[in-house]
Amino acid sequence: MKQLNRRQFLKMGALVAGGAALASCAPAATPAPAAPAAPAEQKPAEPAKPAAGAQKLEIFSWWTSGGEIEALNGLFEVYKKRYPGVEIVNAAIAGGTSSGGDMKAVLQTRMMGGDPPESFQVHLGGELLGSYVAAGQMEDLEFLYKEEGWDKVFPKTLIEIASADGKPYSVPVNIHRSNMMWYSKKLLDSVGAQPPKNWDEWFVLAEKLKAKGQPTLAIAESGAGFTAHVFETMMIPVLGPDKFTGLFNGKTSWEDKGIADALEILKRALDYANPDFLNVSWGDVNDLLVNGKVGMIIQGDWTPGVLWSKKFEDFGWAPAPGNDGIYQMLSDSFGLPKKVKNREAAINWLRVCGSKEGQDAFNPAKGSIPARIDADITKYGPYHKWAMEAWKKDKLVPSIVHGAAAKLSFMTDFMNAINVFATKKDVAATHAALVKAAKDAGLQK
Amino acid sequence: MPVSRSNGTATTPGGGAAAPTSAPKRRKLRFRGDLVLAILVLMPSIVAVAIFIYFFIAYTFYVSVVRWPTLLPDYTFVGLENWKRMFQDMRFQIDLRNLVLYAAGFMTQCIVIGFLLASLLDAKIKSEALFRTIFIFPFAVSGIVTGVVWRWLMFPSSGLNQLFEMVGLGFLKSKWYTDPTWGILAVTIAAAWQFSGYIMALYLAGLRGISHELKEAAAIDGANTWNLYRYIIIPLLTPVTFTAVVLTGMGSIRVFDIPAVLGTGAAFSTDALAFHMFQLTFQSNKMSSGAVIASLMIILAAFLIGPYLASLHLEETQ
Repeated sequence: MKQLNRRQFLKMGALVAGGAALASCAPAATPAPAAPAAPAEQKPAEPAKPAAGAQKLEIFSWWTSGGEIEALNGLFEVYKKRYPGVEIVNAAIAGGTSSGGDMKAVLQTRMMGGDPPESFQVHLGGELLGSYVAAGQMEDLEFLYKEEGWDKVFPKTLIEIASADGKPYSVPVNIHRSNMMWYSKKLLDSVGAQPPKNWDEWFVLAEKLKAKGQPTLAIAESGAGFTAHVFETMMIPVLGPDKFTGLFNGKTSWEDKGIADALEILKRALDYANPDFLNVSWGDVNDLLVNGKVGMIIQGDWTPGVLWSKKFEDFGWAPAPGNDGIYQMLSDSFGLPKKVKNREAAINWLRVCGSKEGQDAFNPAKGSIPARIDADITKYGPYHKWAMEAWKKDKLVPSIVHGAAAKLSFMTDFMNAINVFATKKDVAATHAALVKAAKDAGLQK
Repeated sequence: MPVSRSNGTATTPGGGAAAPTSAPKRRKLRFRGDLVLAILVLMPSIVAVAIFIYFFIAYTFYVSVVRWPTLLPDYTFVGLENWKRMFQDMRFQIDLRNLVLYAAGFMTQCIVIGFLLASLLDAKIKSEALFRTIFIFPFAVSGIVTGVVWRWLMFPSSGLNQLFEMVGLGFLKSKWYTDPTWGILAVTIAAAWQFSGYIMALYLAGLRGISHELKEAAAIDGANTWNLYRYIIIPLLTPVTFTAVVLTGMGSIRVFDIPAVLGTGAAFSTDALAFHMFQLTFQSNKMSSGAVIASLMIILAAFLIGPYLASLHLEETQ
């Protein structure tokens, strides 16, 4: 470099920089030499754009695996039949560290940048209400609920969970139940036990299995989340459904002694879990049951689909101990962002999501049940028929870990607190952490 | 050690790009044209750096002192409230402990292994280029891939544990990264595997820069190999070690990918500051809390890089 004199060097630099500046001024990704040709290239595309734009329906979701794609396509088919001429853009994004993590990140950029998709998948309830609804970016859907008569076909509690200030903000397309127990028939038979109806019976069963050197409860806590899910099913019977729901609307204090009692149950139950639970990840938990390493999994009703796909048939189901008659739900739903390009197409999409035809096209493939109580029960398998009956008569409570009960930040704090508890087993400290998280999230003063 | 300075400029790879060293005494009015050109040339990068680095650093600090716990921006000033809360947060305290352990494990392994490999390569062995390539190869692997591979290797019921069992070394079995207390040290093994080769390259460059006369002179004075390393080579390599400490230290502060793949572990035993920040900001929308951790990471990095820049400056002025 020293051979060049400074003036020459700077001039060269100026040329290079100037070239770069020119290139960056050129329209989107067109290399500088091609710049004169660019306007000509763009012209034919431009008139076509508005026409195509008016017809586009962009749907965000994290449904990218087998049954999920099939289910989503079922919805798309119904839409195409009813509203032909609209181009559906399936913007599904897989992956991420929590359910839909990557999609949520992309969605956030789009929403904050004022370029929302026509609609997006979101857990019904707190997850949506605490984020985009609180930010004033969603339209309330009261008008659509009235138009479509949804207040008569969705359970009242479900609409309450979907609402902020008495107005619903999303349309549920499916329902999963999270407080379920999936047990190995063989192992329960081996000690002559029936599926336990409450946690006292559960500990009797667990003690019998322990005597044979057999762990009872599947726990997978290599990361936060799974144990928190199990813990919810311990909070529900201790608090009862009304007090449990009250935790999220300020009617029940998080300092309630019931929380500490539920933590004590969890602490005891962990002694009967698979001993390597700190190394097992959530995704591997089904194998524990399939391989006979545990007697049961407490997990949502996406489980049987996985078990059947692993050719494991020898399992039974019952509500988690003490959870009979209480339907802890989570729901995938779609809402209407403000400032969408094609509002009419988006509203029609929501109509399809909430329709009987749409829900019956979606749910059999997804392995969930319809949110509507008037769905066609003949299309579903034995578990789902059972669940649909329960859905009609049970009391509904929202799930924390699956985004229905409270906003994302609380969900994360809740899972993290229970993750630490699984190692340290400190009831008082964890209870304090939960109270702090509730205060942070504005669930209580 | 005074000897270290003589070799300084030759053995600080990575730092050479900073500050031109032209003599300032000739600068007079007649260079006005040059000055305008210089400013023009530098302007784009100055503006870009000013906005995309320094403005956003300042903005991050600002966000850390306001109350912004949701998606919606909220610029209510709360002073150091967020900072105070963060230091009381248990996960954050665990993260700081993890940082200390990680830095200790990672830096020690990288520097010791890097130096040993470099010394061995410098001993005029056969097919040195082949070994050099092999040792530096992991550096070409991304952190995510390293994380995935080592997760399999260190998974307690398979991988290395199974291998130890098979060859009758069952007592070596370990919980690796799933250990609730020392798991973070297992993570450093994966990280050091990836980065040691690079440190080796630094040391190798340093070793090549040491003149033979010095070694011969030491030999004539009766120094054995140990003394040669202890009194001649290691002191001469001080600038390289300094660079290695700064690089591995920075790596420890900002580590994200490997913990992200291995998971945060039992009770956050393998959590890292950067990953905690990511979760707070992008998964909980707690913007201010995330900004506190980001700001703290900048401050920690500044403590590390400050002395390094100062020493570079010192070398240049001398």
